[in-house]
Amino acid sequence: MSSLSRDDVAHLAGLARIELSDAELDRMVGELGVILESVAKVQQAPTEGVAPMSHPMPLTNVTRPDVVRPSLGAEAVLAGAPEAEQQRFSVPRILDED
Amino acid sequence: MSTATADAVMDYDEAMGKFDPVMGLEVHVELHTATKMFCGCPTEFGAEPNSQVCPVCLGLPGALPVVNEKAVESAIRIGLALNCEIAEWCRFARKNYFYPDMPKNFQTSQYDEPIAFEGYLDVELEDGSTYRVEIERAHMEEDTGKSLHIGGATGRIHGADHSLVDYNRAGIPLIEIVTKPMVGAGERAPEVAKAYVSALRDLLRALDVSDVKMEQGSMRCDANVSLRPRVGAPLDEAQLAVPLGTRTETKNVNSLRSVERAVRYEISRHAAILDGGGSILQETRHWHEDTGITTSGRVKSDAEDYRYFPEPDLVPVAPTRETVEALRGTLPEPPGLRRKRLQSDWGYSDLEMRDVVNAGAVELIEETVAAGASAAAARKWWLGEPSRRANAEGQDIVSYAAGLGLTPAHIAELDGLVAAGRLNDSMARQVLDGVLAGEGTPTAVADARGLELVQDDGALEAAVDKVIDANPDVAAKIRDGKVTAAGALIGQVMKEMKGQADAGKARELILAKLQ
Ligand SMILES: [Zn+2]
Repeated sequence: MSSLSRDDVAHLAGLARIELSDAELDRMVGELGVILESVAKVQQAPTEGVAPMSHPMPLTNVTRPDVVRPSLGAEAVLAGAPEAEQQRFSVPRILDED
Repeated sequence: MSTATADAVMDYDEAMGKFDPVMGLEVHVELHTATKMFCGCPTEFGAEPNSQVCPVCLGLPGALPVVNEKAVESAIRIGLALNCEIAEWCRFARKNYFYPDMPKNFQTSQYDEPIAFEGYLDVELEDGSTYRVEIERAHMEEDTGKSLHIGGATGRIHGADHSLVDYNRAGIPLIEIVTKPMVGAGERAPEVAKAYVSALRDLLRALDVSDVKMEQGSMRCDANVSLRPRVGAPLDEAQLAVPLGTRTETKNVNSLRSVERAVRYEISRHAAILDGGGSILQETRHWHEDTGITTSGRVKSDAEDYRYFPEPDLVPVAPTRETVEALRGTLPEPPGLRRKRLQSDWGYSDLEMRDVVNAGAVELIEETVAAGASAAAARKWWLGEPSRRANAEGQDIVSYAAGLGLTPAHIAELDGLVAAGRLNDSMARQVLDGVLAGEGTPTAVADARGLELVQDDGALEAAVDKVIDANPDVAAKIRDGKVTAAGALIGQVMKEMKGQADAGKARELILAKLQ
């Protein structure tokens, strides 16, 4: 498995909108590298002839009827918001996006 | 955006001489299920902000989504109506991105296993010819929340201090329908784009799976456009072999007219750039309805790295072939065939039917005829004043009529008043004006305005005698068999009667007296 580069970590941080200083980036390259290596051990398992699996249970078509159930109510919904305005979640503006 | 300047554009015909356009359309349709895709929250439009939200659609820890059975059925029915294959087994996937319109930080969608794929929709163009739009896929996903941008001068995100998010829409079932590259349309590309979205809207309406209200956002269109050099006629093999150019994606083109305009504009803009030796930047563009131009949006970048992976909280969807066939049995008559049947039932000419279709009045006329009007009268009244006014307002006739409270029953009632001899044509027009002005039903308007043909045959006969006496020359002509001359006398009789007479009856009387 190819090791994680500093650019990879910077890219992931950007996607996750996490601002990392140069020092933090350096540290994360090392820490994430260790985690990746540990997880990579699973790749040693013999998987030849085994179909890829995303769900451990052989279940399909679990659905519910199209029947309305009560929602939480705006007050309860917004109770968890750091900031609210006009009964909506207030979030910082996001730059460089449309 | 106030800073945006209009780009150079090439004259459309000149552009068509030099380039061959290729389009791809992505249409998002909100299903009108009672509940959201993965939770039981209601989907009503226009509810109080954040009143239709629960732990599942809010993405709270531990909340588990469960698929809406009706939404899956609707997706399959849409796929079948688009002549698609239906997947025997498919999964949902997480599309990961960090943006506040999705509280979960991902959108549940489908990635490489769409529920429906490889279909087509035959689209009728204005000249009666057919263009086949190949469908790449139709997949299930969920809608996002709605943001209000605060502090910006125009409500756009640029210049905004902060944004306010309402998650009522987050989680509403959405079907994304993606075409294959649409080639060979040539100069008719904008018309084909509009005709496709229109045919798709008709189909979805016939399926009764969505409100398909473009103005409310329950049907939204993104238009991809690219140009390649013109080397021959649109369908020449040599032309079709030319590699596709770089495309731009114009987002949220939300009316039929805008679809046509936006495609046309992008073709002219690309042509100007390419002809000047420049190259097209692969980017999203924003459509501006008011000015009819697009402006640069986001450049495709690694921010588009969505890291899709199979959704672990939802098990695969594996519709049995029996289920699929049962759903196929519920498909409505295809709108194209239905139109042909209605045209024959109504006795309209091709041109008359096309006018009705282009005016979007097929359903209105169908309901009006069902309410008792003649097909000819239904067409005449709907395509008259109501249609003219809807056009002037830039609205479709159905929404316009609904907004004014004008119903098929009203038109049938109006036709009934004419047929019963209570109103003549010009009175009926006045009554319709009254109904459009909100004065009530046709009968109520006729009563209130005192509009009623004089049923007193004595008065009509006296007027006829008077006009005949005053016009001996014309009377002589009619006596000699020149029946068309009666028109001049009828006009005078109507004037004598101050318009309150039945012109047909006046004609009968004149001819009876002179033949
Ligand atoms: Zn919910």
